[in-house]
Amino acid sequence: MTRTVVTCVVNGDPVDFLCHDHQTLLSALRDELGLTGTKEGCGTGDCGACSVILDGRLVCSCLVLAPEVEGRSIGTIEGMANGQHLHPLQESFLQGAAFQCGVCTPGFLMAAQALLENNPSPTETEVRYGVAGNLCRCTGYDKIVRSILDAAARMRDSDAQRR
Amino acid sequence: MKYRAPTSIEQAVELLASHSGARAFAGATDLIPQIQAGRPEPSMVVDLKRIPQTGVLENRNGHWRVGAAVPAARLTSDRHLVAAFPGLAEGTGLIGSDQIQGRATLGGNLCNASPAADSVPPLVALGAEAVIVGPRGKRSLPVSEVVIGPGVTSLDQAEFITEFRIPTPLRGAADAYERFIPRTEMDIAVVGSAARIRVDTQGRCQEAAVVLGAVAPTVVEVGAATEILGGRKIPEAPDQDPIWEELGNAAEASCNPIDDKRGTVEFRRRVARVLACRTVATAARRARESL
Repeated sequence: MTRTVVTCVVNGDPVDFLCHDHQTLLSALRDELGLTGTKEGCGTGDCGACSVILDGRLVCSCLVLAPEVEGRSIGTIEGMANGQHLHPLQESFLQGAAFQCGVCTPGFLMAAQALLENNPSPTETEVRYGVAGNLCRCTGYDKIVRSILDAAARMRDSDAQRR
Repeated sequence: MKYRAPTSIEQAVELLASHSGARAFAGATDLIPQIQAGRPEPSMVVDLKRIPQTGVLENRNGHWRVGAAVPAARLTSDRHLVAAFPGLAEGTGLIGSDQIQGRATLGGNLCNASPAADSVPPLVALGAEAVIVGPRGKRSLPVSEVVIGPGVTSLDQAEFITEFRIPTPLRGAADAYERFIPRTEMDIAVVGSAARIRVDTQGRCQEAAVVLGAVAPTVVEVGAATEILGGRKIPEAPDQDPIWEELGNAAEASCNPIDDKRGTVEFRRRVARVLACRTVATAARRARESL
């Protein structure tokens, strides 16, 4: 079966990969590019484990066909930390014990990052709606929600200090 | 399955017309789960997102042009569109999670032809037209005539919608949408209701459209709404005023619902009554505020 070359940008770097037309972006990231931080949960857009940023919008990579991303820009969990420095959300998740098995965590972090970019000061309710597309079967969500609120507060503080 | 991403309407029509198993798509939020659930894979999927006309979003010459492949997140973050059509924004914003909002489109929500599609009752209430292209050229069809049954549209195999044209609201006109679901997020409407109301400077109703979703094989318009509400002042909220009894009865009479795990026939009729009244009250309040 013929495969197509797709050229795109992943976490800021230009990337080429080969894929079948029916392959999903999730499968291309994991199986063609070796970026296994993005997880497969349901494969039907219900659980959010495969969340990535596609041209600035939060999407489920299981609901994107790999050839669709020709010329597009993708952000994955692998691009979240700045070298050895974790993102404040990642720090908060660690400190707040916001995960157990960890399969949902990359998706939650991507969704939380997208939420805070649009709304740096969310209420608890806004956080809960913001991650409504992400399922966690371990934590009961409370620690995740608290960690996102905590990270938002720390990001606002460091923003204020920089000014 | 082959993937094609044409960059013009002509190329897309040609692809769809020359491949009998081809299917057009935009956000893929219904297409991919359907394939995963075991529905036969199309021999070709034609991505409409690279056709410039499907991404248009502008208000010009008395109507809004809303591209059929514009993602919900772009629609609900456009403050001019939200101000013009708060009800359409409410319905569109309820489609799935933030992740789904990044991909789902009005064209897909309509052509997937679910009776419970949240953006369809507002489009119908607003008198939106679908601009359809195909081998025989371009035509325009009221949105209410696109879906003819669950999962079935009146479009031919090689036709697709490029954009919607929605009349720019006149002064004193506004819309609203509400749905009932048993949870707070991530569910499919048990009943949805859209209302569009136009009032005169005295606050009397001049035009009324009430459209219900998930209570019949397709969305249904409450035909008697104009007759009941026309010329009358609509109270702030559903109360003891006999206007609500009349409107509720008309809404219930328009329903032809099914019994399923999410609601019985009786329950859906009752909820349709409540939501029709609430959305009319909200649309009327917004309409008065716009004067």
